[in-house]
Amino acid sequence: MDRVAIIGASMTQFGQRDAWIRELLAEAGQAALADADVSPDEIEHLYVSNMASGEFEGQTGVPNALAHDLAAMPAYTARIDQTSSSGGAGVYAAWQSVASGASDMTMLVGGEKMTHRSTAEATDVIASLTHPVEYKHGVTLPSFAGLTARLYLDTYDAPRESLGKVAVKNHKNGVDNPHAQFRKEVDLDTVMDSPVVADPLRLYDFCPITDGSAALVFCPESVAREYTDDYAVISGIGGATDTHVVHERADPTTMGGVVNSSEIAYEMADLEPDDIEVAELHDMFTILEFLQSEDLGFFEKGEGWKAVEEGVTDRDGDLPINTSGGLKSKGHPLGASGVAQVYEIYKQLIGDAGERQVDADVGLACNVGGFGNCVTTTIMESR
Amino acid sequence: MSDDEPAMEAYRYPDGSITYPGHPVGPGGEEPVGTVDLSDYTATVLTWTTSTATPPGVRQPNTLAIVEFDVDGEPVRAIGQVTGEDDVDIGDEVRPVYCEELREPGAGIREPASQEWDGYRFEPL
Repeated sequence: MDRVAIIGASMTQFGQRDAWIRELLAEAGQAALADADVSPDEIEHLYVSNMASGEFEGQTGVPNALAHDLAAMPAYTARIDQTSSSGGAGVYAAWQSVASGASDMTMLVGGEKMTHRSTAEATDVIASLTHPVEYKHGVTLPSFAGLTARLYLDTYDAPRESLGKVAVKNHKNGVDNPHAQFRKEVDLDTVMDSPVVADPLRLYDFCPITDGSAALVFCPESVAREYTDDYAVISGIGGATDTHVVHERADPTTMGGVVNSSEIAYEMADLEPDDIEVAELHDMFTILEFLQSEDLGFFEKGEGWKAVEEGVTDRDGDLPINTSGGLKSKGHPLGASGVAQVYEIYKQLIGDAGERQVDADVGLACNVGGFGNCVTTTIMESR
Repeated sequence: MSDDEPAMEAYRYPDGSITYPGHPVGPGGEEPVGTVDLSDYTATVLTWTTSTATPPGVRQPNTLAIVEFDVDGEPVRAIGQVTGEDDVDIGDEVRPVYCEELREPGAGIREPASQEWDGYRFEPL
């Protein structure tokens, strides 16, 4: 079977940008085409991962706008919205389009423009994904994180500082990412003394609000060889959902979507958790790095915090996690984040990650929507 | 609960499971066969948080809890605001207390007519 390859990638500067959504998407799209040495008229399918350009900016129809701005007509286009996991879902759609034989050249561009909104407004746009019984109580994604973090710390007797060490690690990694929103180390005292946002979580336990875009170019491996020797392949990918109503889950510290999507991806790739050599996890909140690292099978349940304490997930550890700086440091432009996770794994696998480079031939990206409501897990290998 | 207060209505399904809120079909894929008014019961706090950065129309700070009811041996969970400035902790017992407006309709992004805005807060006992 002809595997699906990624032959080019780009990401814009993440942070507070003057550009609006159309400009952000076009910036990443043009850069990815240049990186892959593919001309716009070769693109057969063009997907845009975006959660809420209509709600944030009043701009809908962004896939068609992007096709025009890139001169990629008459490419088939579609917008992929799966909230915070829109990027991962876009990777899935792009993979499907090539694996099915429907397209021999597919581009995915993920992006979001958010920073012109206040924190309260942006939080509300994101919280609009919640069930009415949650929304009317003012439940937000950060409050889900606070609720889950307290339960995790209590259940597994983990120290509060272990969460802070996730922030310290990912900020340290972000220093070497030229596209990251924050390229500044923070120490544990700064994290622990920062203002409470959702008790027991504090400001530095949360990712920022971000503008940005990222893009990937996909094709069959047989086609990839015509363009470059430096490509990576998607060897496994899975998507899964969990309950919409978060409190209905049997164990609130387990993300069923992560468990189920990764099982599909591992089986497709014929790999085990122990085979993964680098991973990008969806650390929208520090507690999510613990939950995903356990639910992906990297560590036993309730042991993820110990791995961070022991440096296992450091860049020079046995399993580097979030070498990009993660959402925590790099930023979280909703629709772009899942695409940027795969961008980082792609760069690691082709040996083009610069100061962030680790020794890896197999990588994994886990993109989470809602509070584990929708998840895509992607496993990639070097050629 | 007084007669003019609506029920805190959970759905019961053929396999014995109960969910709050109710769904067209239960965890086993079957349609509900009855309802349970959770306001007749007390619950235990599973976890809680106090959110200081709240969205438009929401009180600040906003203490929230996930609680678990025991309805004749069947566990049922719910999420909601905790009353006032009361201290709450994991394992505490709480009772549902009706509130006519939990959040200001129309202040946030959601269409006011698309959902109800009253409901039950949890008061520590």
